[in-house]
Amino acid sequence: MSEIRIQAQDFDPSVEIAALDDASGSVGAIATFIGLVRGDDGLIAMTLDHYPGMCEREIAVHVAEARKRWPITGLRIVHRIGRLVPGERIVFVGVASSHRQAAFQAAQFLMDYLKTRAPFWKREERQGGETWVEAKAADDESVKRWR
Amino acid sequence: MKLLYFAWLRQKIGVSEEELSVPSSVATVAALIDCLKSRGAGYEAAFRDLKALRVAVNQQHSRFDAAIGPNDEIAFFPPVTGG
Repeated sequence: MSEIRIQAQDFDPSVEIAALDDASGSVGAIATFIGLVRGDDGLIAMTLDHYPGMCEREIAVHVAEARKRWPITGLRIVHRIGRLVPGERIVFVGVASSHRQAAFQAAQFLMDYLKTRAPFWKREERQGGETWVEAKAADDESVKRWR
Repeated sequence: MKLLYFAWLRQKIGVSEEELSVPSSVATVAALIDCLKSRGAGYEAAFRDLKALRVAVNQQHSRFDAAIGPNDEIAFFPPVTGG
């Protein structure tokens, strides 16, 4: 089972993790990633803009690709949009599998593609005003290992 | 065709989406950009540096030489920064 959600409200990691265990006895590993808003360098808040429709579609393409590459028993992606302050959760990626290697790798694969392909944009608020976050070359490098 | 603008492109152009009829000679994304640049200073500023831009045709990442038609949804945006 895969679940992909894009939402303004917060999510509860323990609920998402519990949902990854289907209680069939075949889940041996659950790997999760949670991204948070960092509060260093004077950030007041960030606002996430997105392209509705294309976001879901782009994530679904990479979920399907992850399922081809690894034996995944459960998968959940939650990405928040709107205004978030430091300390708030932005994104959850959770993958369940029978073995840890598949769970770790699939979660990393999905995060790398989420960061470089899913149409989300961050705008940061600081004392001096607002700026759009620029894409990082390091993220483009990270995704190359999966090709 | 339906045009969508995100992030700073939306701010420079001043709208998030618009319907536009273009001549049939405008058959690629690149030709559409040339056509849009003549629509005013906001468009000119938004499309000045194509290296800073990405495009999606019908919600799929595309290249500037991709073919487009009157029923397509074309979105322009900067490189993505989610996650």
